Amino acid sequence: MSSGLLGIEDLNRSEIEAILTRARDFQSIQHQPVKRLDVLRGRTIVNLFYEASTRTRTSFEIAAKRLGADAVSITASGSSVSKGESLVDTLNTLAAMRPDAIVMRHSASGAPHFLARHLPTPIINAGDGTHEHPTQALLDARTILDRRGTLEGIRVAIIGDIAHSRVARSNIYLLAKFGADIVLCGPAPLLPPELASIAPGVTLTDDIRDAIRSADVIMMLRVQLERQHEAAFPASEYFQFYGLRLEHLDLAHPDVIVMHPGPINRGREIASEVADSQRSVILNQVENGVAVRMSVLERILSN
Amino acid sequence: MAKLLIRNGRVIDPASRRDEIADVLIENGFIAAAGPNLDTTGAEQFDASGMVVAPGFIDMHTHLREPGFEHAETIESGSRAAAAGGFTSVCAMPNTAPVNDNATVTRYIIERARHSAVVNVFPIGAITKDSAGEQLANIGSMKEAGIVAISDDGRPVMNARVMRRAMEFAHAFSLPVIDHCEDLHLSAGGDMNEGLESVRRGLRGIPAASEDVMVARDILLAGHTGAHFHVAHLSTQNAASMVQAARERGLAVTAEVTPHHFSLSDADTPPYDSNYKMKPPLRSRADVAAVVDGVANGAVSAIATDHAPHAGSEKMQEFERCPFGIIGLETAIGLSLECLVHTGKISLNRMVELFTAGPARILNLDRGTLAVGVRADVTIFDPELIWTYDVNQSFSKSKNSPFDDHTFRGGPVATVVNGSFAWRR
Repeated sequence: MSSGLLGIEDLNRSEIEAILTRARDFQSIQHQPVKRLDVLRGRTIVNLFYEASTRTRTSFEIAAKRLGADAVSITASGSSVSKGESLVDTLNTLAAMRPDAIVMRHSASGAPHFLARHLPTPIINAGDGTHEHPTQALLDARTILDRRGTLEGIRVAIIGDIAHSRVARSNIYLLAKFGADIVLCGPAPLLPPELASIAPGVTLTDDIRDAIRSADVIMMLRVQLERQHEAAFPASEYFQFYGLRLEHLDLAHPDVIVMHPGPINRGREIASEVADSQRSVILNQVENGVAVRMSVLERILSN
Repeated sequence: MAKLLIRNGRVIDPASRRDEIADVLIENGFIAAAGPNLDTTGAEQFDASGMVVAPGFIDMHTHLREPGFEHAETIESGSRAAAAGGFTSVCAMPNTAPVNDNATVTRYIIERARHSAVVNVFPIGAITKDSAGEQLANIGSMKEAGIVAISDDGRPVMNARVMRRAMEFAHAFSLPVIDHCEDLHLSAGGDMNEGLESVRRGLRGIPAASEDVMVARDILLAGHTGAHFHVAHLSTQNAASMVQAARERGLAVTAEVTPHHFSLSDADTPPYDSNYKMKPPLRSRADVAAVVDGVANGAVSAIATDHAPHAGSEKMQEFERCPFGIIGLETAIGLSLECLVHTGKISLNRMVELFTAGPARILNLDRGTLAVGVRADVTIFDPELIWTYDVNQSFSKSKNSPFDDHTFRGGPVATVVNGSFAWRR
């Protein structure tokens, strides 16, 4: 395991608990007029984004700044990437400027894992292809804990394009480590049967009603048309069979919360009324993103 | 060298049904005699006590990369790696630049090999022009120039009609049709075997079905045309059972397996390590077991390496961007002994057959035996030799092997090509 954060799969329960507990301390800072701490003063963090991102990149940048670190953000377009430089060469170049950590998003699964084998700089995975998005799962866990107090034994329905979702994978790995009951739901071509074996406590269904029944948490995934390399499902029928509508919530636990990693496609995977309802914690997730990423950065950079 | 006597080894020559402690005498590049206690007068002697003396091993699936990709391998460097792996003959796949789809390229490869190769090089011609899958290549004139088979390896013929015509035409020239069986629609975008590991790693999968449907198609076409269809690098359970069934029905269907497909499963691979990325991909444990069974029960007729060199920079990329393929010439004997012989799945005799008489029969080569009068290609290996593979010492120009630093029990000791040592440990 590298000194960075590549995925949830490699973390153990106490490491996750430590991150989530420390994040609580940072939650309160978000409401203070002066939100800046000095714990990472003089440290430099590079945010290297090879894929478009609004919330994750901004969230990491704000988290770094609120810890007193200097953050530099680079996007793939407008860098030497567009001049044909290889990923390793780009990272070696950045590493030569001696940042304390590199936060990286890349469209290729495993890109940060590959780089971690060749670079001394800690790498924080901000989403790799269709593999993992560890800080998303951590902020989701923080959000669930804020409402439910525990992850153990809760029933979580994750609905959508599971096959291509890094958010789903990281959440599955995390929730399974805490004994949650995880139901995955989506069109069969996006729900490979092997998913049932990637972690304990996972079941699959292609019926959204079965998935939602008695759920404590509903996680909707974005329908990622940009990851659709083929017509794996009839897109025009998606909302009819897999979109979350208000009436579905009656099947769930009365205190069910609805989550979404964003950006949401209203009317595609989630009805507007659900996204804006009292059950929705979508903006709480975004808010927790900063606190959780502060916790992650502090943990990695103060080593 | 006029006379060479290889003394006191265990001579295993499946084609001659010989398996005994004996001497092999080579004179002027040909096998002069084989038997116990041969006259040593005037001969250079090689003491093979404790070793196996076998007909020269033939790798029927090698990528030498020349012409066109000499940064990754040349006929010379690839042939040296072959010799160091115990091979005396290699068959050069046609996916060079230009593609070996006409007699001029075939003659060029043969000419280059004559000047620079330390082992025999038998070119394989393309099935279609530029291996584009549309128009048949100049198969007849390539045969006259010296090809031993046709294949669009790596760029399989998707159009069943084209494949049918290729089989019909090749059959008339007694050429086997070697197919890299992969339905490119089913495998599109895939980077590793489709299964639990691909799902876990978030990598797009190459389903076993992409191989199976093409093996099925080609068996049907072979039955229809009478052609000899040879399955390259067979890797799945279903493909193995289909080939077995076709052979039982008497069809001219043969198959090869690679050492990596019988030694590693997808679950054994470190995540995102491009030295484990090849086509077909490393399959499930059940597939590996089926491949081993196929070797034992006769469905498989040859072991071939699919030696596929790629320069370091090509493999130092995001996993999904790395090219497919690993080098394999120098580790083939070690892996075969480790996974097939030392485990008791097959005999040493059968292993030698899979490297000699097996491929020689498939390709109609006058090699793969120690019979008196044939060209003296001899592979000497020690089934108990303990050695560690250091890929940085490889004769190959490329270092893309998953077996770097692997310690083997058994390996090649010397390679004799046309009567002379091409390599000695």
